[in-house]
Amino acid sequence: MDWTALGVSLRLGIGTLLVLVPFGVWFGRLLATREFRGKLLVEALVTVPLVLPPTVLGFYLLVTFGARSPLGQAFQSLVGQSLPFSFEGLLLASAIANVPFVVQPIQRSFEAIPTDVRDAAACCGLTPWQRFLRIETPLAWPGIVTGAILTFAHTLGEFGVILMVGGNLPGETRTLSIAIYDRMQAFDDRSAGVMAATLLAVSVATLMGATVLTRGVGRGRG
Amino acid sequence: MPLDVEFSCGAGDVLAVFGPSGAGKTTILRSIAGLYRPAAASVRSGAQVWADTASGAFVPPHERGVGLVFQEYALFPHLTALGNVMTALGHRPRPERRARARELLALVHLAEHASRRPHELSGGERQRVALARALARDPAVLLLDEPFAAVDRSVRRRLQDEIDAVRRTLDAPLVLVTHDFDDVLRLATHVLLLEHGRQVALGPIAALTGRPDLSWLREAVGLGSVFQAVVSGGGAGGRGLAELAFDGGVLVASNPGVAAGTAVRVRIPAREVILAARVPEGLSLHNVLPGTVSAVHPDPAFDHVMVQVAVGGTPLLAEVTRDAVDRLGIIEGAPIHALVKSVSIDVQPASAGSSMPLPSGS
Repeated sequence: MDWTALGVSLRLGIGTLLVLVPFGVWFGRLLATREFRGKLLVEALVTVPLVLPPTVLGFYLLVTFGARSPLGQAFQSLVGQSLPFSFEGLLLASAIANVPFVVQPIQRSFEAIPTDVRDAAACCGLTPWQRFLRIETPLAWPGIVTGAILTFAHTLGEFGVILMVGGNLPGETRTLSIAIYDRMQAFDDRSAGVMAATLLAVSVATLMGATVLTRGVGRGRG
Repeated sequence: MPLDVEFSCGAGDVLAVFGPSGAGKTTILRSIAGLYRPAAASVRSGAQVWADTASGAFVPPHERGVGLVFQEYALFPHLTALGNVMTALGHRPRPERRARARELLALVHLAEHASRRPHELSGGERQRVALARALARDPAVLLLDEPFAAVDRSVRRRLQDEIDAVRRTLDAPLVLVTHDFDDVLRLATHVLLLEHGRQVALGPIAALTGRPDLSWLREAVGLGSVFQAVVSGGGAGGRGLAELAFDGGVLVASNPGVAAGTAVRVRIPAREVILAARVPEGLSLHNVLPGTVSAVHPDPAFDHVMVQVAVGGTPLLAEVTRDAVDRLGIIEGAPIHALVKSVSIDVQPASAGSSMPLPSGS
């Protein structure tokens, strides 16, 4: 059992959550409440990571942020290390790969709030910020939780993108799923089996947690 | 859809915006609330300018003091009835809010349901929560969007009475959007008639319902006369009848169950009025009112004619056939009698603050 790899996986999952959930809430709500030109294109772009093979996604991320690209070189001069083969690079790749998982459920749950309820909140004297905090977020909560859970679970299991961008550096970019592959290549079925079972258990626990969180909040909806 | 309306109303007024579906009624309400920004509009409340496209001024809805009761109530599903009402009390100091919310719920007779969620309440109860929430704003104007559309008839009457009672405690005008003329008759002091976004007529209710040229109303609502009267006695009372004194004479109608001296609102559908050149004999009628023909308005779509008869100071509307007009020689200025059955007269206690003139001498 590679505890370091488990640690990397969990750090990656939680890090992706911290980055993506605020973004998902902001962007999902925007898509749910505004009409604008090019909205269809934006919604399609959001969905692209779902259908793209992970290695293709990884490839394009490398090209865009690799050591030879302008963005990669800017990062290098700022931080002192290259983006690929670093945990930060993994975080970026994971965030991009998970955009559809976080934006779509949140968008749907904001869309489900009747316009009348939002208008009523305005007529009750609530400022746009108060409306968002006290009325919209509680009502959209199941979607937000779903988005977060899906993102976390998907990140734990992500393989192709991480291998392409991260490169399997122990303690840095070797996540548990990479470690399983690594052990299998070395004919170490036992270790791989232990880690696979761990990952399975974490995923199941995550999904159970999601059900509990959304069920408790969902009760009592008119 | 282009809207072309202009009106104003003051404290105590109940303005009914009436018209068929799609006429633009809800748009007007939403414009007053600030939920809709017309291309060209001017909305003022007292000295405050809420919207003026000419100068670019626009006050967002949460800064206007409007109370809006939505057609589907739009209650916050995750809050209790008390929570819903408290949400609208942000302008009050925090320690006062809970007590004030309870007070408002008691006003609409929902005190014991304060901790229920909307999905645990009936349609009528939800509407009352919505009303309490709108009142909580201490609004400059109370807006009701088809308030009785989603409730059945039996509940409707009680809710109308409830709103009427609430309105009397309110120091603000009430704008009510409806396609049901019954609401207009029960609650309104003024009516704004809307057709395809255009303001067709605006005025006190008595003036409008007595207008023979608004024939499109007829099939929809049953045009008729509406005027004030005072219960002058149960003279005929032992037999379940009452006498109503109005500006032009006395009507005998079914006893409305109110004490003598009470002001009442009388409605007589035009279809229930018979015209006679002479006083008839041997009929079951109690009411034979002498008057003069003041207007004759034929409706080209039907073979009917609307005849307006001045009975003293009150115009009465009668719908008769063209043939009858010819046979009786009904022309403007001709003397005529209006015959009305007691059972055809609809009587309700008058709402306070209504702007119809009371009969003189009462």
